[in-house]
Amino acid sequence: MTRILKGMLFATTVLAPAGLVHAADAQLTIESWRNDDLAIWQEKIIPAFEAKNPGIKVSFAPMAPTEYNSAVNAKLEAGTAGDLITCRPFDLSLAMFQKGQLAPLSDLPGMENFSDVAKSAWTTDDGKTSFCVPMASVIHGFIYNKKAFEEAGVKVPKTEDEFFAVLEKFKKDGNYIPLAMGTKDQWEAATMGYYNIGPNYWKGEEGRKALISGKEKLTDAQWVEPYKALAKWKPYLGDGFEAQTYPDSQNLFTLGRAAIYPAGSWEIAPFKAQADFEMGAFPPPVKKAGDTCYISDHNDIGLGLNAKGKNQEAAKKFLAWVASPEFAELYANSLPGFFSLNSKPVKMTDGLAQEFVSWRQNCKTTIRPSAAIVGRGQPNLDLEMWRVSANVINGTQTPEQAAAETQKGLDSWYKPAK
Amino acid sequence: MSKARSAPLRTALIHLALIAYTVVALFPVFLTLVNSFKSRNAIFREPMALPTPSSFSLVGYETVLQQGDFIGYFQNSLIVTVASIALVLLFGAMAAFALSEYRFRGNTLLGLYLALGIMIPIRLGTVAILQGMVAAGLVNTLTSLILVYTAQGLPLAIFILSEFMRTVSDDLKNAGRIDGLSEYSIFFRLVLPLVRPAMATVAVFTMIPIWNDLWFPLILAPGESTKTVTLGAQMFIGQFVTNWNAVLSALSLAILPVMVLYVIFSRQLIRGITSGAVK
Amino acid sequence: MSDTEIADIEAAPIRRSTRWHIAVFLAPAFLVYTAVMILPLIETLRLSLFNMVEGQLAFVGLGNFKVLFSDPRLSADFWNALGNNVIFFIIHMLVQNPVGIAIAAMLSLPGLRFAAFYRSAIFVPTLLSFVIVGFIWKLILSPIWGIAPGLMDLVGLKSFFAPWLGKPDTALITVSLISVWQYVGIPMMLIYAALLNIPDEVLEAAECDGITGWSQFWKIKLPLILPSIGIVSVLTFVGNFNAFDLIYTVQGALAGPNGSTDILGTLLYRTFFGFQNQMGDRSMGATIAAVMFLIILAGVSLYLFVIQRRMRRYQF
Repeated sequence: MTRILKGMLFATTVLAPAGLVHAADAQLTIESWRNDDLAIWQEKIIPAFEAKNPGIKVSFAPMAPTEYNSAVNAKLEAGTAGDLITCRPFDLSLAMFQKGQLAPLSDLPGMENFSDVAKSAWTTDDGKTSFCVPMASVIHGFIYNKKAFEEAGVKVPKTEDEFFAVLEKFKKDGNYIPLAMGTKDQWEAATMGYYNIGPNYWKGEEGRKALISGKEKLTDAQWVEPYKALAKWKPYLGDGFEAQTYPDSQNLFTLGRAAIYPAGSWEIAPFKAQADFEMGAFPPPVKKAGDTCYISDHNDIGLGLNAKGKNQEAAKKFLAWVASPEFAELYANSLPGFFSLNSKPVKMTDGLAQEFVSWRQNCKTTIRPSAAIVGRGQPNLDLEMWRVSANVINGTQTPEQAAAETQKGLDSWYKPAK
Repeated sequence: MSKARSAPLRTALIHLALIAYTVVALFPVFLTLVNSFKSRNAIFREPMALPTPSSFSLVGYETVLQQGDFIGYFQNSLIVTVASIALVLLFGAMAAFALSEYRFRGNTLLGLYLALGIMIPIRLGTVAILQGMVAAGLVNTLTSLILVYTAQGLPLAIFILSEFMRTVSDDLKNAGRIDGLSEYSIFFRLVLPLVRPAMATVAVFTMIPIWNDLWFPLILAPGESTKTVTLGAQMFIGQFVTNWNAVLSALSLAILPVMVLYVIFSRQLIRGITSGAVK
Repeated sequence: MSDTEIADIEAAPIRRSTRWHIAVFLAPAFLVYTAVMILPLIETLRLSLFNMVEGQLAFVGLGNFKVLFSDPRLSADFWNALGNNVIFFIIHMLVQNPVGIAIAAMLSLPGLRFAAFYRSAIFVPTLLSFVIVGFIWKLILSPIWGIAPGLMDLVGLKSFFAPWLGKPDTALITVSLISVWQYVGIPMMLIYAALLNIPDEVLEAAECDGITGWSQFWKIKLPLILPSIGIVSVLTFVGNFNAFDLIYTVQGALAGPNGSTDILGTLLYRTFFGFQNQMGDRSMGATIAAVMFLIILAGVSLYLFVIQRRMRRYQF
């Protein structure tokens, strides 16, 4: 027994130093929740950087998105976090900056490549200091199965009425589940539902800013109507959608069993890899033909500098490269659906991604309403919207109740600046 | 052993009940293993069918094994688990013996103190633990995990073992004392062999949360060279959440080692029961 | 077999002036446990008495507790979680433990064939990680892939199938039963070990008196294994009020639908570490942890000081 024990302890001490890296190179570690992208970073992005910057070694250390915030926070507090921290947008990263965990980056070479809008997700409220290099935004819309549309003889819907007519047609035909979405994981109901179709009702930025200034309330008609539209989705979802998870929905669609998928553009790459049919995309339908369309074009991911990291200089070099057009092109094409925020236009080769990004020309863009300023209190507005959106689709809450509940939660801590 | 009773009907009913529950217990595992060997379409079309030549596919395993050093992860998990169990059993049995055998001031209070650990999840102490490990220079070592798991396993081990140690005959121990055995010899030579079944039980209970833990490897030892199997498998699950071939293969790979460990302890358990019992 | 009351009556073994061996036996466990577990936890629980006041961490006494129980939203969340947790515990006590005891009783019958196989097979779920259990059961109960509906169709019950995990009225019971499925091995093993510990002489004597089968279990074995049932119950209590992982993997950190599967562990995790776009609140999290700790401590103390002392123990 004791011999085994000694052997074990010995083994651990021998194995331990293997974790250390050769001191000669500057070793950078990137903390990220994008474990889907591991291969792309390892095979494309990091080699491209290392080839130009000998003496700097970069490793990408992703973890599951659900653990990311708590794990990175614990590591930052104890001082063991990596040199580069992938930034969630808006209030979460802002809090990290205010705690001194993220370093200011306003002076970083390359930051001039980004517009104020692009930087807004990682800038202090006074607009003076930025603390993460913007990497990408995601656009919401609907992805559809072209084959299914041909078979049913329907056209891409432009208005809400057409949208429901298409759904009704698929339901009658019975060959496809009209809409691939479930409410089990809750976030889809808000992210792919409410935030997706909502901007057409609350008029994008106009409504979002009015909400922040207190001129509009979540109980106003333009904020309740999207819930009413969501409630009408219920009959067109698959059987047992209440227990349908996010991967269930993705699989339903990519296996060709569903016609329309309420989407975020991040789905493009995985869908392309798995579906064996042609896909198209359309923006959220407007209420009446000719209405201005609004889309959610949400700053989603950035990269920041750990203020207490050991290799500040090397890390800044890497960040400056992330801010360059070279990185923008590499990233946007490796991960179609993550759209570069760089002001220099990026050439994209993916057709579906081009379709999504083309909406920027005709439609007004906005970010998710719960992300900035109204999202920093308790109860968290974003999570509240997940919950009530799922309730509305499940039919356990009316749109009015849902709106009233979120407004009540907001009122409990948020006082609009007069 | 007493003679088998002549009640064939009753025996049949007992077998029926046990078989029924065994099916319930194993069905999900069976489903995982079977589907991990099928192609993606077959998983969805006929989830219940066995793999046939046309639906057989190893693509999931290929994906998983390409992407990481699974053998290395397995080694790490094994070292951490075995070392932690050894320490928990040794330290836990010693403390349980002291608590159940001797009367001294503060015995009950100390027992309660040592049981506090099962009442609060150790995860809450994460930040302080991490800071301590940083100070001790143990971050990204397996030692840090072993220390945490030992501390985490001790309360339950002491709790269960002291209960079992109370059932060891006093006459036996006192006879040992009269023969001039030291308290240490009484513990190691007389008492420990008698509580072997309980030790094996505790070993199994200690093993499960350690082997399956995700949180502390993520925080204390996320480096590639110290990664554990569960952390590795979790990464695949995140990465391939829609690639069910890979997920099911990763899960199957994570199930197997823990079963092997269990079989080892299970043997010990039976051997302990059959050889140890003193009448 | 000697029948002795617990330590109270029993005299300590031969007394010596300084009994260093007691310290030696206790020291390693005490040191590791205190340094790696207790001190960090105290460090955290201490936070329940502090909160951010004007950007500075300040001592607020029991202020956090007052907020927890008076703030309409927090207290509603807390009572909802506590209520769900009680249901979760009751289901375990009513299903998991009786089933575990029944299986152990059957397995321990002398001369039963394949006992080792049954025992190992039934213990398998307990060995699986939450990641696996969560994934498999979501798959089985998924209305999309049709394993549960398909199986129910075989026995003609398809119309009773519903998306249980997605409905507020059934989700908690479903998750509880998954947890029972996973953990039935623990009472089974503990009770099995206790039953095997009963000397054959006792059972043979009983048989000579004509006490066999069913009545032997109730009259002879059950009283002898009561201490183990006590342990099992208290472990179930502690485990259930600390539970977190399974609900987290099956229902997510929000413990939906609409909070209907939220138990204290998930509420604590969400509050302490934060989730998605919600910041973690260390102080309030520590406050909830402290309350949970007091609940569990009360239960365990009840066991240690009241139940365990009244229980008769038998030495073999």
